[in-house]
Amino acid sequence: MKPATFRVWRGNQGGGEFRDYRTEIGEGMVVLDAVHQIQAESASDLAVRWNCKAGKCGSCSAEVNGQPRLMCMTRCADLPLDQPVTLQPMQAFPLIRDLVTDVSWNFAVKQRIKPFKPRPADAPDGTWRMQQADIDRVQEFRKCIECFLCQDVCHVLREHQKHEQFIGPRFLVHVAALEMHPLDTEDRLPELQQAYGIGFCNITKCCTVVCPEHITITDNAIIPLKERVVDRFYDPLKRLFRRLLGRS
Amino acid sequence: MTERQTFEHDVLVIGAGGAGLRAAIEASAGGGKVGLVCKSLLGKAHTVMAEGGIAAALANVDARDQWQVHFADTMRGGQYVNHWRMAQIHAQEAPARVRELEAWGAVFDRTKDGRILQRNFGGHRYPRLAHVGDRTGLEMIRTLQDHGIHRGIDVHMECTIVQLFKDGGRVVGALGYDRERGRFRLFRAGAIVIATGGIGRAFEITSNSWEYTGDGQTLAYDAGADLIDMEYVQFHPTGMVWPPSVRGILVTEGVRGEGGVLRNNLGKRFMFDDIPDNYKAQTADNPEEGWRYTQGDKQARRPPELLTRDHVARCIMREVKAGRGSPHGGVFLDIAWIKDKLPHAAEHIKKKLPSMYHQFKELAGIDITAVPMEVGPTTHYVMGGIRVDPDSQMSTVPGLFAAGECAAGLHGANRLGGNSLSDLLVFGQRAGDHAARWAKAHGGGKVDEAEVAAAERAMLLPMDRASSGGENPYAIQHALQKDMQALVGIVRNEADMLAAVEKLQQFRARAAKAAAPGNREYNPGWHTAMDLHCLLTVAEAIARSAASRKESRGGHFREDFPDKSATFGKLTTVVRRGGDGSMQLEHVPVPKVPADLQQIIDENQK
Repeated sequence: MKPATFRVWRGNQGGGEFRDYRTEIGEGMVVLDAVHQIQAESASDLAVRWNCKAGKCGSCSAEVNGQPRLMCMTRCADLPLDQPVTLQPMQAFPLIRDLVTDVSWNFAVKQRIKPFKPRPADAPDGTWRMQQADIDRVQEFRKCIECFLCQDVCHVLREHQKHEQFIGPRFLVHVAALEMHPLDTEDRLPELQQAYGIGFCNITKCCTVVCPEHITITDNAIIPLKERVVDRFYDPLKRLFRRLLGRS
Repeated sequence: MTERQTFEHDVLVIGAGGAGLRAAIEASAGGGKVGLVCKSLLGKAHTVMAEGGIAAALANVDARDQWQVHFADTMRGGQYVNHWRMAQIHAQEAPARVRELEAWGAVFDRTKDGRILQRNFGGHRYPRLAHVGDRTGLEMIRTLQDHGIHRGIDVHMECTIVQLFKDGGRVVGALGYDRERGRFRLFRAGAIVIATGGIGRAFEITSNSWEYTGDGQTLAYDAGADLIDMEYVQFHPTGMVWPPSVRGILVTEGVRGEGGVLRNNLGKRFMFDDIPDNYKAQTADNPEEGWRYTQGDKQARRPPELLTRDHVARCIMREVKAGRGSPHGGVFLDIAWIKDKLPHAAEHIKKKLPSMYHQFKELAGIDITAVPMEVGPTTHYVMGGIRVDPDSQMSTVPGLFAAGECAAGLHGANRLGGNSLSDLLVFGQRAGDHAARWAKAHGGGKVDEAEVAAAERAMLLPMDRASSGGENPYAIQHALQKDMQALVGIVRNEADMLAAVEKLQQFRARAAKAAAPGNREYNPGWHTAMDLHCLLTVAEAIARSAASRKESRGGHFREDFPDKSATFGKLTTVVRRGGDGSMQLEHVPVPKVPADLQQIIDENQK
């Protein structure tokens, strides 16, 4: 056991400040353990969102020493404990209190995305046939635990606040999982170009870096979607054909 | 009282894990107005942590599987104190519920011919668990969530329900608070479905998240409903034991399904030493046969590591107590050894058990493809809960339904792995359906304003007490968890359990002094203080039920009565709230299995 200082943001929309809490760090402790210990010892109303404490639910997202992280998967031993550890809420979303932000925008965005629409069943018993090789990519996207760290780090949302025009990396991954699902028959390319705002992403790959599930968001999800959009809407030959056929 | 919001629904579903989401989807199918309340954000419920798979006799991997075998396996695993009708419905309907998930977008791992792949699991005769690597729960909850949000369901996120209200004997309303702002919310409804999950937070070492404080069981109990089988708590044999801060986090049974073996500090596979008689015929008697089973050899019998969870947990405890444990008080679970059998074993392990690899690497600094894990039992699941009608899932209180872990009957004295996710789907669907019908037939009712106002005042007491000192709610919770672990844990005896009942009375007195400084805005201290009532209620139900069962069976093991008793094997323990507010207990007969189903059980004994 050795003591460490956690410099935790305390406050709400009305304002706040960083406050220092000193607590003992035992072997194997993660940052979320330290927060719980601080709660139990000296700040019972310290607001923090968490559930599984095993990196599976994506609730305890925050910024640890400025890095978007799951607090349950950040080991204290991996941080320089000779100086205070800074804990603050995700910056891309409105603050509720302390380390808890209002992430309801994300849930509203998902509602706007066209849902899964399967082709008719392949077999008389109502089931489908899919090869493992054809679903590996979709399964990668479906590992997403919706921690929203990728949304937090995305400069389109974080700095430019384009929440109205851009759905963010999480939901581009969601769209990719639907678009690349072998059974899906829906067409989401017009929305990707317009309402989902895929053009705002300029592939800085920050989302991929912070993803705790190691989903290759940019390379495997966003870039292929961008290619599909370009192919559909910006291919000069196709544009010509569309014009000749009188379609906009 | 200030700022109370009121909502009207035909059906209110409390809890948004697998059962709650499935119930809400079904209830909305008939066009009714459905509310779905969750204590966390949508999609974060404990279902997300389920790893191994969904048990359903799809027979995709072994054509010999059928619902009758699944039924018989469930009854045997439950030590024949299950409600036969629930076990029958569950086995019959699980395949349709799994296929339905695929129609809603779930992407299960595949067989070579492109169908849903199924894996081996403890207590299941054939490979039966539809799965996605070791993150099946995430796949399931996300599929239900993404389907459900387009069904017109009103979702109330981060809202905790604290009390139900009745009108003329039937349930018509619920009161809670939103965690974000601490505002009160009153829900009026024609029917209410409880799907709040389990009670793991009543114990010190648990795989369960903070939400698992027995809310649903307590809401139902306080409303006058019967709880049954509360002595049957499942201690999962393999939780992490080191480092201390991750103690209890689950290590999926899938590790053993993929060939992982348990060893003591002498390097011995101790599970071969103790194979119960009723499983001898279907258990391998040598390591080679066990390995062949895990690799899909249909002629081989399963390795003893895949015996039922209650048994494996006790064998591990025995090794630890005898001084043959691992350095941190567990035993060794070794999957790395399969490199002797398979080329590219490390890649194979990472592919089959990605979250386990990740979990040990990041939380313990251990590479499971190279060295064994240290594991020990962890509180995982409660077989007992709200007594329900097997077909409709209605509790003993009219208009109040329950589904999933908070309901009881399906699993008897011990749940088989994989039978939980299928339970959520099968009975979530039924509860939603029947609740919608009930609401249509009966409409809403009158919620008594005085009762609501009294409940609101009670909720504010912990904050009122803060100015005059009072007790730290976290300290009370931690002490309660420690005592339950020590006194009503894996190995029980009469004196300990009576001491626990006594201590719980003292904890009640302390909880009545719990204080929460701060205001109502996202205040975890206040939330913890309010959760204490639920934890204490389920803890008392467990301790009293366990003390009353003078035998060992399934998850309930007593060192003073280490054997099964024919008498108790015919009895189900019931607790309910008496007129004076004290907990009443009685034993009622276990429902008798009809002759045709008994024949199925007997035929599958072989």
